[in-house]
Amino acid sequence: MGIVTPGFRGRGRDSAPELPPGQYLTHDFPVLSAGPTPHVETDDWALTVTTEAGARSRWSWRDLLALPQETPTVDLHCVTKWSKLGTRWRGVSLDVLLEDVETAADFALVRCFDGYTTNLPLEDLLDGQAWVAHEYDGEPLARAHGGPARLLVPHLYLWKSAKWISGIELSDTDEPGFWEQLGYHDYGDPWREQRYAGD
Amino acid sequence: MPGPLPWLPAYLVERRPETAAAATLVLGVPGWPGHLPGQHVDVRLTADDGYSTQRSYSLAAPDHGATVELTVQRVADGEVSPFLVDDLAIGDPVELRGPVGGWFVWSPTLPTRTLLVAGGSGVVPLMAMVRARHEAGAAAPMRLVYSVRTPDDVLYAAELERRGRLDEGLEIHVVHTRRAPPGDARPTGRLTREEIGSLAWPATEEVLTYVCGPTGFVDQVAGDLVALGYDDHRIRTERFGATGG
Repeated sequence: MGIVTPGFRGRGRDSAPELPPGQYLTHDFPVLSAGPTPHVETDDWALTVTTEAGARSRWSWRDLLALPQETPTVDLHCVTKWSKLGTRWRGVSLDVLLEDVETAADFALVRCFDGYTTNLPLEDLLDGQAWVAHEYDGEPLARAHGGPARLLVPHLYLWKSAKWISGIELSDTDEPGFWEQLGYHDYGDPWREQRYAGD
Repeated sequence: MPGPLPWLPAYLVERRPETAAAATLVLGVPGWPGHLPGQHVDVRLTADDGYSTQRSYSLAAPDHGATVELTVQRVADGEVSPFLVDDLAIGDPVELRGPVGGWFVWSPTLPTRTLLVAGGSGVVPLMAMVRARHEAGAAAPMRLVYSVRTPDDVLYAAELERRGRLDEGLEIHVVHTRRAPPGDARPTGRLTREEIGSLAWPATEEVLTYVCGPTGFVDQVAGDLVALGYDDHRIRTERFGATGG
């Protein structure tokens, strides 16, 4: 237990028992980005997966919409402390996208249209844990939230759910992404409160 | 592999009212490792039954050794900010972890022009940059455009007026969206793209830009700057300043 601050009562002890440690509940959908929101038209959008051997697979916007769609309802946990529960999305599971990709890689580096990157173990993208999402709450995904499409990997802190996704590079080595190079945790499990390097 | 950033006890040394709804907390933090202008900290409060909660706050002043300053805006119905603004007693502890954030940071050694655009309490991390420039005697030009509802909501009003008058190469532009001071020639209202264009340097100049404020403000301003020809890779954004419930 931390040092007690005299007079501090707080609240919310029983409001949301499903929250990870150090998180508080919000009903808004805050936006956090390191720079301006990019304009990406669906005609210009494409997702490229590159294997450790250099093989490329590419999906256009039409290709993405033609794949089997899923509608996950998931909880979001941002490293800046807010959590939002029961968010509704529509998108394509990474299991579908990576089904025919020949790889023995352990790691993935996700790239985005604004130059943002984030890294995670490949196994965290598989087995129903991650999607390329293009609808939120029944509407096309707003630009500020990553539209036309973002990665959604809700079991990790939200900076891993890269907005404006453009590609995934598979690799034998773990290459730190944007925030991971700037002191944030390499993996980012909210339930173990892995906010910053060394947590 | 470095160890985790430790939680440090931080003791309230001084509380400076800034506006009716905001105060600066000066905290003594033995062992504070130092920080850069623009960085923030995590604050943890623990009740006597063990319940605890955390929030992030921007650092309002540059590195001054074992003393840090947070400017906290009271959020209506907030769990933490009303306690920090009104109730935390001098000498009492909270816990603090940081510094956090390595992107929205500024250094007085940067040779380029710096454009700072603040919406409301988003001015807090930008004020740390204005103060760091002053303390370092840095010469590179800096402009702060600060959008705020009314004159009563201006944080650091007297200091900003003084810095703008005395610090060579620093310009301060306060714009009011709801009510302006008597005699202000500018009509009240939001910053327009044209106005940002007139207050900022031409896009042909090399400028590093920091925008901080509520989401809608940041998106609008950053989008306007890109439309004016600013390089989107030289615009750093941060949503919210001294908010957080």
